Amino acid sequence: MSERPAPVLRAEGLVKTHHGEGAPAHAVRGVDLRVARGEFVAVTGPSGAGKSTLLHLLGGLQRPDAGSIWLAGERTDAYSEARWAVERRKRIGIVFQFFNLVSNLSVADNVELPALLAGTPPRKARAGREELLAELGLTGKERSMPGELSGGEQQRVALARALVNHPPLLLADEPAGSLDSRGTREVMRLLSRFHRRGQTIVLVTHDARLASAADRVISFFDGRIADDAELDGTPSPGRGASGVLELRD
Amino acid sequence: MRQSLLALLARGPAHGYELKQDLEQLLGSAYPQPNIGQIYVTLGRLEKSGLIEGEDVEQAGRPNKKVYHLTGTGREALRAWFEETADEPRVRDEFFMKLALAPQTGLADRIALINRQRRQYLNTMRQLSKLAAAEDRDNRVAHLLIEGAMLHLQADLDWLERCQEELEELE
Repeated sequence: MSERPAPVLRAEGLVKTHHGEGAPAHAVRGVDLRVARGEFVAVTGPSGAGKSTLLHLLGGLQRPDAGSIWLAGERTDAYSEARWAVERRKRIGIVFQFFNLVSNLSVADNVELPALLAGTPPRKARAGREELLAELGLTGKERSMPGELSGGEQQRVALARALVNHPPLLLADEPAGSLDSRGTREVMRLLSRFHRRGQTIVLVTHDARLASAADRVISFFDGRIADDAELDGTPSPGRGASGVLELRD
Repeated sequence: MRQSLLALLARGPAHGYELKQDLEQLLGSAYPQPNIGQIYVTLGRLEKSGLIEGEDVEQAGRPNKKVYHLTGTGREALRAWFEETADEPRVRDEFFMKLALAPQTGLADRIALINRQRRQYLNTMRQLSKLAAAEDRDNRVAHLLIEGAMLHLQADLDWLERCQEELEELE
């Protein structure tokens, strides 16, 4: 009997309710999820559907009220905050809508810092940073401060920072949410490129264009998974792209 | 297609196959392989209505080819085409009627209808992103066409999402 490799990420029965002012908000209401190595999964849905909360649970930024998460087969129920922080340096990279770069650190330092914190020797951290920035078209911006860059450039720096420790899992929370159409295309192109090289990605977005870069799309409504669809492989029953683009007489 | 062919002929005479190549060059992979049959049929109709005229040109060892040029009437028709604004994109009424009528038939679940439709749109969206990625970066026209199609689909997907939100609230 050959054992299937443990999924990079597994969640069972996740529940999260926000207790703020007014009625409690049931953000995540019982979610089961498996993400296999190398998969690119997009979670889409209207704002307020709870998809960002779900991503925060998966990255240990918030703790579930019920349910469990496994990282590469390892149950995380007993993880402390500090342990999650270590996981987010080593095993999980995260990019956010508003980049969350450290504003008084240069681009180079923003990217190198997580490598150094993870115990990478300085020389190796610098080499990794140089390689990633070159790859992301940011050579020459090393000494810039985040505030001097465009939104699209800041998001690329954030992507470099998230990937500098080669985490098996990349979580992206509306990474194009504050970018224009061109920035969106750029993010889409880069995520696709890293995915082709084997990066496992879970992307939360309300943008269907961005979601279509994934090979699996989960529709999230009202705290629950409403649909879970593999893209590609299933030729659409309609005429697809050519039907949309064709000139008619 | 009619007006596109007229517009291509405004530059000068051409035969059917050249027009096909012109279209391919203009729209790149966004419009792969225009149907040559459709082009010839359309050219025939345009000639019948006096908008273009064809002239047989002999070719050594091959059948004659027909070279078309724009007539005065054709030029006027083209001018009129540029004057008028285009219709709004068609609202997807067929899917909407399915959604509206499903409950009283008892034959289909509305959430299932929406999910199926969404899968189709997402697959098409994915094909479009692939086209965009494969298209020559410098072909601005092709990229704009693909982006337009993607934005329309995005709107359709947003609307499906709205339908689903409303229906889930009712349940």
